[in-house]
Amino acid sequence: MSETQIFEYKSGLDPEQLDADDPLHGELMRLNIGPQHPATHGVLRLKVTLDGETLESCEPVVGYLHRGKEKSCESLGWRKFFPHTDRLDYVQPFLNNVAYALALEKLAGIQVPQRAQEIRVLLMELSRISAHLIYLGTTAIDLGAITMFFFTFTEREKIYTLLDAYSGHRMNNTYVRMGGLYADLESDLVAEIRVWVDSFPEKLDEFDSMLTANRIWHDRNAGVGALTKEEALAWSLTGPNLRASGVEWDLRKDMPYSGYEDYDFDVPVGTTGDSFDRYLVRMEEMRQSVRLCRQALDRLEKSTGSDWLLDDRRYVLPPRGRTHESMEELIFQFKVVTDMSLPKGEAYHAVESSKGELGFFVASDGTSDPLRCHIRAPGLMNVQAIPLLAKGRLLSDLMAIIGGLDFVMGEVDR
Amino acid sequence: MGSLTPVGSADSQAGFFATQADALINWGRKNSLWPMPLGLSCCGIELMAMIGPKFDIARFGAEAARFSPRQCDVLIVAGTLTWKMAEACRTIYDQMPDPKWVIAMGVCSSSGGMYDSYAVTQGVDMILPVDVYVPGCPPRPDAVIDALMKLQKKIERESPTGRLAQGVLEGGDEGTGAFSMPPNQAVTTHRIGTYVAPGDMTPGDGSEDQSS
Amino acid sequence: MSATSDERIEAALGQDATAREARDGMATYIVPRAAAHDALSRLKGAGFESVTLVTAIDRMPREPRFEVYWQLLSLQHKLRVRVVAEVPEDDAHVASVVDLWPGAGYGERECFDMFGIEFDGGSNQRLLMPDGYDHFPLRKDFPHQGIEPDRLYREWERERRSEAGKS
Repeated sequence: MSETQIFEYKSGLDPEQLDADDPLHGELMRLNIGPQHPATHGVLRLKVTLDGETLESCEPVVGYLHRGKEKSCESLGWRKFFPHTDRLDYVQPFLNNVAYALALEKLAGIQVPQRAQEIRVLLMELSRISAHLIYLGTTAIDLGAITMFFFTFTEREKIYTLLDAYSGHRMNNTYVRMGGLYADLESDLVAEIRVWVDSFPEKLDEFDSMLTANRIWHDRNAGVGALTKEEALAWSLTGPNLRASGVEWDLRKDMPYSGYEDYDFDVPVGTTGDSFDRYLVRMEEMRQSVRLCRQALDRLEKSTGSDWLLDDRRYVLPPRGRTHESMEELIFQFKVVTDMSLPKGEAYHAVESSKGELGFFVASDGTSDPLRCHIRAPGLMNVQAIPLLAKGRLLSDLMAIIGGLDFVMGEVDR
Repeated sequence: MGSLTPVGSADSQAGFFATQADALINWGRKNSLWPMPLGLSCCGIELMAMIGPKFDIARFGAEAARFSPRQCDVLIVAGTLTWKMAEACRTIYDQMPDPKWVIAMGVCSSSGGMYDSYAVTQGVDMILPVDVYVPGCPPRPDAVIDALMKLQKKIERESPTGRLAQGVLEGGDEGTGAFSMPPNQAVTTHRIGTYVAPGDMTPGDGSEDQSS
Repeated sequence: MSATSDERIEAALGQDATAREARDGMATYIVPRAAAHDALSRLKGAGFESVTLVTAIDRMPREPRFEVYWQLLSLQHKLRVRVVAEVPEDDAHVASVVDLWPGAGYGERECFDMFGIEFDGGSNQRLLMPDGYDHFPLRKDFPHQGIEPDRLYREWERERRSEAGKS
């Protein structure tokens, strides 16, 4: 009988040391992960070279969901591109809508009414929470905590129900328009949203108690995929990934839009820049989003009845009933639908999405055909950082890195 | 087709049934459909919601989502299929053992949907046969559950023993993609159309289907 | 996003650059193609830590046809700047800035993928479209529905069928 070998679990093992004991050390193996793999969060493909269990190199291959959105914008026109923006980062449709609408509004030089801004802020923060819940659920399921998936999806279903009540569809709502929104938020729905917003912090505490002090969750995330400030900036990372590395940069604070400068909230910042810090930053961001939601709800209650859509017939459709009564309105509607043109020039607007800086760079030549609409996708930059973070780590760390960076392929590939 | 009829009186303790082999096989198949969730885009999120607590497809015996095609019965193509992804999708389909069914979830996988562009297939039926189409962008989970029930009805009408007699299963060509007849030929009432690429007169999928 | 013409940018860019009006009020400068890399590296020295996007616009039928855009972000000055270089179609290449900001790599690859503009010193590989694809989709003379979009798949399909037939 051979002796029984006992393997001891030690946290923070040095990969170099592990390799020295590995009989297969030095023999490289190429491994293909994806494009259909549950842990790549969509259709990402990774070409991995392994030395034993250590990642020698990791090359992401993207484009498996490239749908030609930028070209679609050029052939569809400015207005008809709105539904396409929902399907960019499909876990946070409202944020994408607003980013695009703000870019167009900047190009056209129009200002949105106060109430529309408040509704937008509320819906953006709800979207951010639901996007972070997807991050939490899917990353936890990849690292073995399957219960989290069901917990986070229960909460997401509640957000979906609220959005369903507002827009008539669970996701991909397309309720943002140039100059405002498609419909006003009714006061009974505002009350319902408040009920959910009030109940959510308790759930967050529950998630917190399940994960933050969880030994497995901590050991699989802490120290994995650490980035310094300088690296994160040079690799164009933004959003929670940048903040986890200790850079206090939030577009809502530093380059405010939609009236964020009047809201009271804090920007969480990490210290080590590893996957665990990214998790902590996102958890705190959800709490801050709850604060923002509450403030937006307070304002909405006060502003009931005021304008929520700009009265500018160059870009905004007339109210539906009016087109049946007035010839001018009918002509305006026809003009806006068939050839709405934006002034000649170019504009860029970015919002702080759940993944980072989501920007739209729009250029018009003065006709109704868009010249260019470039989407600055934060997810693409997050994917770009995978090789940097993965090198020298163990293969199982790759799942924590991918989960921690957080991207959605619809936005990465566009 | 036949159903599970108890034999003897209702209070009999014998505990056996008399039924047709087809009915028994179909009953087993339709109530344990293991889905292969090919979550490509937005619909993938709704597919996750469907497996999640509120909609809970475990009620229909289809909660055992396996990410390996070799263990699955029904391929749910959820989302936009691009030409770059088409090879992977077809490979997954080929790797699934017979009998296999396909649900095209969402307008993108049904017809290309809003993406009439240079990178997107105009429906998955361009590259593989589809049993149930679900419209919607994305469809609500209830709609997909409805599709699953429709698929169950379809399975009920199949004749597995008839297919066995025709020798499909003896060929042992699962996984190579060179199946000699469409998976549901025993019952299909309509055929998947032949797609011929522009400028390419080599017949695409379905050429064998027409001849057999 | 204010400060249309910050002295810092002007000083860093030097004589080569000419300012251009932008609708969003962002500081926008046109630089000659050959001087783009130097100008961008001076901007990096002036405190622009991060590159936000690298993209291009096809202004067909105008000549030079392409405009390459770099958009930089300075966190310390809370400032953005846009640098534009004009690139003709028959000699479509500019210097890569991957040596300054590694994060520009995917933007440049996408630009090559979509417009066919080569970046000297960059990887010049396809990013979103498959390898072996022979068009540049975002050029204005490329149709939205594409030219033979399924060519690569059909080639693979024929190969697969012939292999399956052999075994």
